[in-house]
Amino acid sequence: MNTNDPGWQESVYQLFKQHNIRQVIYVPDAGHAPLIDRCLEDPQIKAGPLTNEFEGPGMCAGAWLGGERSVLLMQSSGVGNIINALGLVRHCTIPFLTLVTMRGEWGEFNPWQLHMGQSTTTTLEASGVVCNRADSAEDVAPVVESSINLAFHSYAQVAVIISQRVMGTKVFE
Amino acid sequence: MDLTNGPYRRRGGAMTTPRLERRAAIVELLENRGDLLIVAGLGSAIWDVESAGDHPLNFHILGAMGSIVPTALGLAIAQPTRRVLAVTGDAEILMGFGTVPTTAVRKPENLTIVVIDNGRFGETGSQLSHTGAGVDIAGMATAAGFSSVTTVTDQKDLADARNVIQNGAGPSMIVLKVDAHMPKVVMPARDGAWLKHRFRNSLLGEDAAKE
Repeated sequence: MNTNDPGWQESVYQLFKQHNIRQVIYVPDAGHAPLIDRCLEDPQIKAGPLTNEFEGPGMCAGAWLGGERSVLLMQSSGVGNIINALGLVRHCTIPFLTLVTMRGEWGEFNPWQLHMGQSTTTTLEASGVVCNRADSAEDVAPVVESSINLAFHSYAQVAVIISQRVMGTKVFE
Repeated sequence: MDLTNGPYRRRGGAMTTPRLERRAAIVELLENRGDLLIVAGLGSAIWDVESAGDHPLNFHILGAMGSIVPTALGLAIAQPTRRVLAVTGDAEILMGFGTVPTTAVRKPENLTIVVIDNGRFGETGSQLSHTGAGVDIAGMATAAGFSSVTTVTDQKDLADARNVIQNGAGPSMIVLKVDAHMPKVVMPARDGAWLKHRFRNSLLGEDAAKE
């Protein structure tokens, strides 16, 4: 990777600004880390951590009731935590956007990640969430932008699935 | 561990502290509510709020158990100049209690959580709940760093609690210790999409539906 390349996270941050995303909530993942830092530094974006991804759909619903757009950042393992809570945004037709960094796929070292990683997209789709996948760093910004539009213009529940190939496989040394 | 005589087997039993009647308590807390924004759920908390009168600024959640406080928190962050109230039950908030520390670290001064604590899973046969077996929700909220935490066991303290909801520097929690009786269901509109539109139109104006 070119060391002058600001990375896909910076492009996503700029899209958040451009599309008036005002709340960003997260259970941290290393892949999202630069994006989380940018959001926390920005006084126009109200960002904070969750103890559990389950809180995400509720907070996004509350933000929308109050007139603000929000995004949930999480790792694929968090998807299993939000399934019942998705009923809130689904039933009420509330725009919902989550950016999911994948584990348990491309070259995964930790076998414990495979259970949720291999069922992430199936589970989300079964719950009525549109999944848009980015398999390369160049894909991320256009996929995020189209997903922002789908969520907030078409009142959809949308997940951007960011392949483990984009982040590189986590190495334990 | 002997469960036969343990706390989870107990039914009824004498209450050592005075207990509020839940419906009267909620109705009193919502007197002169003004433009308070309310998120309520799941079941019986909604019937109690609804018995105080229908209002466009009530958003009722009849599913996604554990989502009442997160929804109220997202709303409080979006609307920092408005007062926001979450009305929930002991089992509802305990399903996702991590939301209490999440709220504490965001420090929403305009948010109050009212927990109607009957010590029971009231909707499912009145089984003893965690609080009924001694878990102290108010103590946990205090430990999490809430600005104001009050346990109310007596009706004479409800006026102070109402003042916390309307004027207190939050995040605040009010735990209402209520008896186990379940008043009559007062069913609101159940269509969440309709409740959402009504709420947003009232709060944000008629153009909200065009966003």
